[in-house]
Amino acid sequence: MRVSGLLSDIAAKYATPGAPARRDANRTRIALFRKDAVKIVILGAGQVGSTVAESLVSEANDITVVDVEPTRLSKLQDRLDLRTVTGNAAHPAVLELAGARDADLLLAVTQSDETNLVACKLAATLFNIPTRVARVRATDYLSHPEIFSDENFAVGHSICPEQILCDYIVKLLEFPEALQVLEFAGGKVSLVAVRAFHGGPLVGREIQYLRQHMPQVDMRVAAIFRQDSPIAPEGTTVVEVDDEVFIIAATEDIRDVLRELRRMDQPVKRVMIGGGGNIGRRLARAIEDRYEVKIVEYNKAGAERLAAELDRTLVLVGDVTDEQLLEAENAGEMDVYCALTNDDETNIMSALLAKRCGARKVIALINRGSYVNLLQAGQIDIAISPAQITIGTLLAHVRRGDCVAVHSLRRGAAEALELIAHGDMKSSRVIGRRVEQLDLPKGLTIGAIVRSRGGDHEVLIAHHDTMIEAGDHVIVFVVNKQMVASVEKLFQVDVSYL
Amino acid sequence: MAWLLAICPVLGIIAMAMSASHLVPIAISLLTGDGMTALFAVSMALNFILGCALWLLTRTSRRELQIREGILLITLVWIGGALFACVPLLGGIGLSFTDAYFESMSALTATGATLLDGLDHLAPSLNVWRAQLQWLGGMGVIVLVVAILPMIGVGGRQISKAEIPGPMKDDQLTPRVTQTAKGLWIIYFALTLACFASYFAAGMSWLDALIHSFTTISLGGFSSHDASLAHFDSIGIELVAIVFMVLACINFASHFRAWQERSVRVYRYDSELPYFMVVLAASVIGIAIFLWANGVYPDLASTLRYAAFNTISVATNTGYATTDYARWPVFAPLWLMFLGTFVACSGSAGGGIKMIRAMILYRQVYREFTKLAHPSAVTPLKIGDRVVPDQVVFSVLAFFFAWLATLVSMTLLLTLSGLDAITAFSAIVASLNNIGPGLHQVGPAANFSVLNDFQTWVCTVTMLLGRLELLTVLVIATPAFWRK
Repeated sequence: MRVSGLLSDIAAKYATPGAPARRDANRTRIALFRKDAVKIVILGAGQVGSTVAESLVSEANDITVVDVEPTRLSKLQDRLDLRTVTGNAAHPAVLELAGARDADLLLAVTQSDETNLVACKLAATLFNIPTRVARVRATDYLSHPEIFSDENFAVGHSICPEQILCDYIVKLLEFPEALQVLEFAGGKVSLVAVRAFHGGPLVGREIQYLRQHMPQVDMRVAAIFRQDSPIAPEGTTVVEVDDEVFIIAATEDIRDVLRELRRMDQPVKRVMIGGGGNIGRRLARAIEDRYEVKIVEYNKAGAERLAAELDRTLVLVGDVTDEQLLEAENAGEMDVYCALTNDDETNIMSALLAKRCGARKVIALINRGSYVNLLQAGQIDIAISPAQITIGTLLAHVRRGDCVAVHSLRRGAAEALELIAHGDMKSSRVIGRRVEQLDLPKGLTIGAIVRSRGGDHEVLIAHHDTMIEAGDHVIVFVVNKQMVASVEKLFQVDVSYL
Repeated sequence: MAWLLAICPVLGIIAMAMSASHLVPIAISLLTGDGMTALFAVSMALNFILGCALWLLTRTSRRELQIREGILLITLVWIGGALFACVPLLGGIGLSFTDAYFESMSALTATGATLLDGLDHLAPSLNVWRAQLQWLGGMGVIVLVVAILPMIGVGGRQISKAEIPGPMKDDQLTPRVTQTAKGLWIIYFALTLACFASYFAAGMSWLDALIHSFTTISLGGFSSHDASLAHFDSIGIELVAIVFMVLACINFASHFRAWQERSVRVYRYDSELPYFMVVLAASVIGIAIFLWANGVYPDLASTLRYAAFNTISVATNTGYATTDYARWPVFAPLWLMFLGTFVACSGSAGGGIKMIRAMILYRQVYREFTKLAHPSAVTPLKIGDRVVPDQVVFSVLAFFFAWLATLVSMTLLLTLSGLDAITAFSAIVASLNNIGPGLHQVGPAANFSVLNDFQTWVCTVTMLLGRLELLTVLVIATPAFWRK
């Protein structure tokens, strides 16, 4: 008891800038000192559930998946080394069977918000599972955050995949030059991926040239991927055409960085959305005041509901793979076309059609990784994997060390993490050391540090002589997921510290 | 025809209630000693006896009314009401029946068109009677349009039911009609009282204040002076009139909700209100600039003063005048008449198409444009956050067509009978939209006495049609209405 009290003090002391509001001491306890395999119970073997399971199994965690549908479970069990339980995830007996008694983490990601909420409550009351994450989609619930508190549904952290996806796409529209824009430390630091193009300022030059080219902006090249394999960037690395370059900079500098690296694309004005489902609707609602938006929905009744809900968006009824419709509605004049139906094939076809019509940039939601590999580079500008984007939020809860945010990159191959450095010179492997003094494996880059100083948060782009202090939020980039373990080790606090 | 009997006892009760309304002019008559006491007493007795007889004879057939009976009842109330109400005018002023009926219909429909000269010398009790008829008519209209017509759904009236913000909108209105009506009357009464006090404070005599508060809140526009409000030539009185004309032209359902919730935030949900205010303000400024540019008034202050008062008076369908605006360069009076056709909010005593219908019509046109450019677009017609069902749009379109057809055919009838085009057109616009004065021969400086009997009847019928939202009256003329 004394120890956990002390820990809650630590947790309170290193309150995260802009991190999820409720960060309980329990979570810190596991995260800091866990050595053995994490026991995770996943409720729901749908899209999100199975991707999360797949991603976590490879990290040597003990995973149990619960679903009402035995066929889905058996498919999962055929591929992965995990335990499955068939039954209603909101029943105590089923949870008990799934090993809720000694589970460390509960991920409630079934289709039903209600099941997820009840499961969290049960997990807290009956089984005392310390970390509980629930998928809650209904905005009605989300607009009353008090119902998630410990006295009520006891949801430690709620996620809404549609909202995460929607925010992700909004960022891409805001920075049309980028392949990916991810935020850390409550939006203070951004990681952007750009493709080097022929004739741009990057191509054929050493990375250190960037600093001379843009002396006023501090940034760091975190990684370069050339034909899908990572290159550890050094000052002398020369960027080639079609390289995918990951750059870390303070969010306020991102626009300058992108302007320098890419020819300044016209800002986005016209956006067309294919598919008015959950994601398409949210996206249209979020951007209709900023851009000219058209949305195509197949279902007539669905289109009417959309039109009733949206104020300025032009709602069209029709098939997103109907070439005539796309042409009649000037898909070719669009700055961005987003294919967001719930069907991979439709999204690919629709995006390819829009690209052929002349849309400047096409984005498609593609769940299956194998499809992405089938597509030649450049046909679809950005393929978004919904599960990969959502999973980062969940991974933050599984990682050892005090991990605030995780973004899964390049379909789960690489990862960017935000961790808090705890301890002191003796108990920590990073605190009080300069970046160059750390024994970092190749492919692991410390990109930036966010230090809070009297309420202010200062962004420091990491260079060889940057010193890490206790309480710093450190943004780490690994080109290969296997290296996550060494990151965790790096940031773990030596137990003798207490 | 046996079903007709069911509405007779209701008519009887209304006639008896009308007889009670004679008490006010009788009291005025006694106070001022204008010698009209006996006349009003006779009229009162007539009302009571006829009403009582009707009720006694038919009271056994009283039952819950069907929609068809309701529609007929509404029309009969106005036709019969005007009939009873013209007795004092016949006896007191010695008008012909045609003229007396026109005057009392103009009063009951809160139109404000008059064919009387020498109002200043009229017995005070008769002036009060005219004003009070407008007040009662306005009250009847508000209850009609807020509580009764939405049930029937005439001319897209469902929209105003949907427009009533808050919990009332999903309630069945039927069991609440009396309660709603009571609430509306309390507001109507309170506004009248406030208006009376303000006029009195601004310098009117108590009698003038009474008469003008009656005709301001009902947006009627009768005055006890031939010169209308120009008689007082007081900026204070004009300001009071402007404030209360605008207030009375706002949907009373919004006032009702604001009173229920004790909060002015309710007005934010009134989707007509911003358009009403913007159109009104823009027109006042526009007219003032136009008059200033044409050098109608020597200084800016008086330009603004006359432009604001007369524009608001005509746009809200009140029909007071502080100057003969018909003599302004022709664009200005035509613009005022145009405003009078649509500016009034639904659920007020104002007439014409109403702002809500104008918004629906405008959006329907825009919707057709979108459909032309994007054939596969889904374009619901939205007012505020609410989608207006196509059924409502259709009935608004039907209403607009009926309105336009009435305007054209009645204007043609007047020109056929020998009136000049401007007089004929403006007389019909003023009657159909319950504005009051027209232009030229029937302008604010003249009155409707130039019309012959036939023309007077045409205007009388037009006022009734406009007041009862056209379709309510026109449907009675269809064979389908009378079929079993």
